[in-house]
Amino acid sequence: MTPLLLAALGELFTERAGIVNIGLEGIMLLSALAAVAVAEAFVNPWIGVLAGVGMGVLIGLIHGYISAYFKGDQIISGLGINLFALGFVAFAIEAIWGVRGYHTPPYEAKVPRIPGLEISPIFIASIILVIVTYYILYRTSLGLKIRAVGENPEAADVVGVHVERMQLFATVYGAALTGLAGAFLSIDWLAAITKELPAGRGFIALAIVNFSNWNPLLALGGSVLFGFFWVLGEWLKNIGTVKAVIPITLMNTIPYIATLVVTAGIIGKSRPPRHVGRPYKRE
Amino acid sequence: MFGFGKQKKKPSSQEEISFKELYEKYREQIERLIEIIVAIIVGFVIAGIIMALGGYDPIKAYSAMFETSFSLEDPYYLAMTLSFATPLMLTALTFAVGVRAGLFNIGAEGQVYMGALGAIIVASMTLPGPLYFPLAFLLGMFLGSLWGLIAGVLKSFRKVNEVVTTIMLNWIAYWIVEYARVYVYADPERPEKTISMPEAARLPILVPGSELSLAFIIALGVVILVYYLLWHTVLGYEIRATGMNPNAARYGGIDPRLAMLSAFMIGGVTAGIAGVLEICGRPPTYAITTGLSNLMGLGFDGIAVSLIGANHPLAIIPAAIFIGALTSGSRGMQIVAGVPLEMVKAVQGIIIMALAVPGLVRLLKTKFRRGISVGV
Repeated sequence: MTPLLLAALGELFTERAGIVNIGLEGIMLLSALAAVAVAEAFVNPWIGVLAGVGMGVLIGLIHGYISAYFKGDQIISGLGINLFALGFVAFAIEAIWGVRGYHTPPYEAKVPRIPGLEISPIFIASIILVIVTYYILYRTSLGLKIRAVGENPEAADVVGVHVERMQLFATVYGAALTGLAGAFLSIDWLAAITKELPAGRGFIALAIVNFSNWNPLLALGGSVLFGFFWVLGEWLKNIGTVKAVIPITLMNTIPYIATLVVTAGIIGKSRPPRHVGRPYKRE
Repeated sequence: MFGFGKQKKKPSSQEEISFKELYEKYREQIERLIEIIVAIIVGFVIAGIIMALGGYDPIKAYSAMFETSFSLEDPYYLAMTLSFATPLMLTALTFAVGVRAGLFNIGAEGQVYMGALGAIIVASMTLPGPLYFPLAFLLGMFLGSLWGLIAGVLKSFRKVNEVVTTIMLNWIAYWIVEYARVYVYADPERPEKTISMPEAARLPILVPGSELSLAFIIALGVVILVYYLLWHTVLGYEIRATGMNPNAARYGGIDPRLAMLSAFMIGGVTAGIAGVLEICGRPPTYAITTGLSNLMGLGFDGIAVSLIGANHPLAIIPAAIFIGALTSGSRGMQIVAGVPLEMVKAVQGIIIMALAVPGLVRLLKTKFRRGISVGV
């Protein structure tokens, strides 16, 4: 659930400022690549994690500039990110390692577990980030400005908030968290990079944002729920009797069907920030 | 925004229309066209830089790409370009019709899988020869539209974000079809593919030795049909009105929910047809191959085609040929310059991101005037 949580948390923050980024999937993929490549080059997982976050920041800057300053179509830009990532990562895996589609870094480049607890430090970091994000959004003036920009940019502009700057910041922050999610996938959880590493997680994260009604604490709950379906699918695959009845290929659909059912069941109650997805143009 | 089809130049001899008047008249379309061309150039330049950084020779790669996609010496290359353009025209329609109704339907991918599955189901039956193709066509169309309708119902009646649902449906379709490929319709003699379409249902090849079949003509027909539907029927008017302003449409007596539902269904039908045509019209296997490798990406490439074609059915035709050329040229690029095939997808991604920026041309002009380089 860690990658789902991080990506959802980041997207939630971004959408609070009125920018939607459907390029989560692409950012995860690019960050996963950056993390593996750099961690392997330096034989140090932490530099790899930094590289993943850095890649997130870079894509966030590009998407933020297109969305906030150039008033571009946010959905199209996000689609572009996803498509670029799909092609670029497949290209890069072959260009860097000379193999097609799959690469495993050495053991030393993997993020170590916390001794004694056997859990990932990135998991701990993601929980802390939930609290930090909640604190920024609801307890600081920066958070107030960001929420104001997402709800009513005209009013925010009138009282002297730099709308574009806030939107760019929120996009970069969100993409950085998504980048961390990508790093988690490649050098922590799976310890490999493939062409389809995120496997729809970026879009499930978008569903979690809806589910959580744009609240970081509820996003934690949503991620646990969706993460549970993911693990459930994996768990069922390893049980002999179930495996005999339902083929693995069909069990792979569980997290996606669960996402469909849950989002179809709850939408309508949640309310997005009013100005989300629309470019803000000063009159 | 509309009327890409109106761009045909009038015979200027009689009326003495000057260039300037023509420009004024079609100003919006011409500016859009220039924007698209600039976006394409931006895509190529940035991808070229990436290739150079990756240790490849971008000039060699690009020249190889164009030699193997638009070469006039051997009809084989041009035929391949057109054959790759065939499914893309149809998946682009899926996205374009969606956009016209104000939707971002990115479910063409899954609908193609379902369409192909429909064709394979028919291939598994024992039927009189002439019945195979029409039945495959109908069942593929049905399954594709069913897949579109699920997202449509959820959007229209439950207000669920279609970007999320269509992606989920893509993955569900992937695993269902993968299941069918491995467990139900596997070819007992060749493990890498399903059973093939019987010869009676295979579409005739137009250029001997190439993969260009009658499918191309069928796809063209569907494009023109959808164009007619969108611009010359009541349903099309309702779809476009909903896309422009659903509230205004409601006041005008249109039910936006039904319009959206129809847009999803039309999209599902065209993507489903793309799946059928890939099975019935592409040699040599006429089957679904391992990991759905012969179907993967058709839906997403269609989005690129639709955006390059300004979401207009007729403009989609040249746009599909352009992306088809990139796809067929990527083979040459890999053989001559050693650049991995997938680089072409990265080029498309950058082009789309550049297309997201409105007034790209104006932006570049002002930036250049100030002497600052712009990083899109």
